[in-house]
Amino acid sequence: MSDSILKTSLSNGLTLHLKEIHTAPLISHWVWYRVGSRNELPGLTGISHWVEHMQFKGTPTFPPSVLDKAISREGGIWNAFTYLDWTTYFETLPADKIDLAIRLESDRMYNSLFDPGEVESERTVIISEREGGENEPLFRLGEAVQAAAFNRHAYHTEIIGEKDDLRRIQRDDLYQHYRNYYQPGNAVVAVAGDFNMLDMLRRLEEAYGVLPGGTTRVNLPEPEPPLGGEKRLEIKGPGQTTYLKVSYRSPAANHPDFFALSVVDSLLAGPTSLNMFGGGGISNKTSRLYRALVERELAISVSGGLQATIDPFLYEITATVHPRQTPEAVLKALDEEIYRLQAALVDEAEIQRAIKQARAMFAYGSENITNQAFWLGYAEMFASYDWFTGYLDHLAQVSAADVQRIASACLLPENRVVGVYLATGETGDITE
Amino acid sequence: MSPTSPRSLPGPDDVHRVVLPNGITLLTRSNFNSPSVVVNGYLVSGSLFDPPEKLGLAYFTAQSLMRGTQRRSFQEIFNLLESSGATLGFGASVHNTSFGSRALAEDLPLLFDVISDCLRRPVFPGEQIERLRAQILTGLAIRNQDTGDRAELAFDDIIFAGHPYGRPEDGHPETIQAIQLVDLPEFHRHHYGPAGMVIVVVGAVSSQQVVDTAQRYLGDWVNPDQQAVPVLPAVKPLDQTYRKHITLPGKTQADLVMGTLAPRRNSPDYLPLSLGNNILGQFGMMGRIGDVVREKEGLAYYASTSLNAWMEAGSWDVSAGVNPANLQKAIDLIVSELRRFVQEPVSVEELSDSQANYIGRLPISLESNAGVANALLTLERFQLGLDYYRRYADMVRAVTPESILEAARRYLNPDKLVIVSAGPALA
Repeated sequence: MSDSILKTSLSNGLTLHLKEIHTAPLISHWVWYRVGSRNELPGLTGISHWVEHMQFKGTPTFPPSVLDKAISREGGIWNAFTYLDWTTYFETLPADKIDLAIRLESDRMYNSLFDPGEVESERTVIISEREGGENEPLFRLGEAVQAAAFNRHAYHTEIIGEKDDLRRIQRDDLYQHYRNYYQPGNAVVAVAGDFNMLDMLRRLEEAYGVLPGGTTRVNLPEPEPPLGGEKRLEIKGPGQTTYLKVSYRSPAANHPDFFALSVVDSLLAGPTSLNMFGGGGISNKTSRLYRALVERELAISVSGGLQATIDPFLYEITATVHPRQTPEAVLKALDEEIYRLQAALVDEAEIQRAIKQARAMFAYGSENITNQAFWLGYAEMFASYDWFTGYLDHLAQVSAADVQRIASACLLPENRVVGVYLATGETGDITE
Repeated sequence: MSPTSPRSLPGPDDVHRVVLPNGITLLTRSNFNSPSVVVNGYLVSGSLFDPPEKLGLAYFTAQSLMRGTQRRSFQEIFNLLESSGATLGFGASVHNTSFGSRALAEDLPLLFDVISDCLRRPVFPGEQIERLRAQILTGLAIRNQDTGDRAELAFDDIIFAGHPYGRPEDGHPETIQAIQLVDLPEFHRHHYGPAGMVIVVVGAVSSQQVVDTAQRYLGDWVNPDQQAVPVLPAVKPLDQTYRKHITLPGKTQADLVMGTLAPRRNSPDYLPLSLGNNILGQFGMMGRIGDVVREKEGLAYYASTSLNAWMEAGSWDVSAGVNPANLQKAIDLIVSELRRFVQEPVSVEELSDSQANYIGRLPISLESNAGVANALLTLERFQLGLDYYRRYADMVRAVTPESILEAARRYLNPDKLVIVSAGPALA
């Protein structure tokens, strides 16, 4: 299946990470930048995501009207994502067309225009993207919980940014952010698919090697002190559906306890899938929280979410409260399940089950080249590719005692924010 | 670098199709690149059988299948699946009850065992069914507050007035409440059976292994009570433009859905319209409409078109999320693009871009097992022929600007549209 893997760097500091896979006549090409909402300052929140949008607005070589058609014309797919810690761009194309992606990405690493007119038209597009989120109760609840969970650290703010900042940010702010962070030394190019390693390496050197190596002044977030006590918040809104979100401060991805917490997540709420691009996850109906909350008709559904981040972020449990129940009743039952993990060692078989689930999800994810190339770059953003290749082994090393220890250390009331979206029952519904 | 060869696309030489003696059609394509397998399929027991006062019955029945069988409880079913890292789910559409599943290839027999058990021997335990009913009702309450869902529901309701395509498969709160416990086994008895059933298996398994496994778990299934599928009424063309706004409190953005009727999937108009739709609202950053509404005017985060073609008819719609202050402006821009679309042919350059896109993207859409499985289901459902993907490039190249214009004029009249929005109150 996988033929060979190569990791190297160019003299301008750019890291290259290549993997030959000859299962389909496709190549997926990704550029990862070490910049996300984590690096943003108050007053300029959302700027990383906005820069990502501007990267689709053209360079002298690829003006916007050419840019947005070029990939589609070759039968490719492309997109970009801004996250807490990183921003990434990808193209997946028929193998004989991949040069287009290489020319495009090496060009816009340096030459994007940030035309003032395009900046203004994109301002309203991004505000519209945010307003689409504001329509969703779970976006509003998530934003409130995240804000309460961090005071100093930039993880305080949703990636899309505060609306006031989206109205305020100017073209030069964006351009400066772009020029500072979009440097070869701050980027990883990851390519997977149907190519010859040496040919691809030579081509990437040609395209990216000519870019000058600059320095990035990385704006590091302020460290966040411990939460220092449970925080509770409630927001009210229309509808008939109440949600509960319980978010615990959780270890960073490269902390040894991250894997034990992954197992805890798997036992409590079913495994979190690492397949961002195809393959999907596994249902969670035999998980401890499903049985304690949904089977006992306290909740309609429950899910867990653990994200791999550079700095400690949040392990989130989200429940849709049963219409005949209260968020307090759900929280009480949830606390009993967490206490059970802290009080008694879990059965070794439960850990083995979590490992088989993870193995299956890796198999599903490996069916597609885009997802394989995603994996190649993703872990580089917060650890290294070894984090990824060693994932199953690391899970296998987690013992029942580790599960108990991490549950006892992390899943404590003083380490969490409890947020409720309380539905007022108003459904409105006037038809004009 | 190897060029894209048509040999890598599914065709008669690598898709194995058999019909079991009891009527189940089985399609298999092996792929040993990854140690996993997908098993998808459908039965002809969709919501078109739902009595109007019990709309959602087919959906409720499908959702109930995994809640307990004669052999296994709900927790036993999911313990088998989740312990193996496998997934299985059932759903319903107007025509079908469908299922989708995946597992490590070593667990193929497990998937067939559980699928067969749920389809053939569900027991509809009362406590589980009431729990499920509460979950469905909460889903409907969430849908009721979702601006996008509300706009789509109202759009379908108007455009397919009086037709099963206009009704939501998951019903309404009052129709879900009206369904009695006894209705579920009754529906199952009359509509679930091997006649018309299709199963597609793609992954690291051989076709012989699949046939043997299917034969073992489903080969002896018969249902003499299975009812024949009725003929659906014809859809009625629009006689005027309909405009509707649904006000939902506490919302910031309005979701807009507007459009018209479209042909059935196996109509000769389908492919020209599909390419036309790509030019109108998909290609690049969402085609002509995305270009005007998002790129030039900055009115929306998304503005795109979709052509949805089913067994008997379809819909062709434009959707966008916009600030209420910009709603009328967005509608006007979209209507003027639709007008242009039926007044003049698309340019040769636009068409050749979209043709290249359609032909070039096939390998990506068919690289994963799930992608191939969906493609094979489409072939079988609409009787397109096992060589469809091998012929596809030639068929796409044969479409002309004139054939798009002719087809578009048959379905799209900018003066007879359904225009629905849902969001904050309009000023």
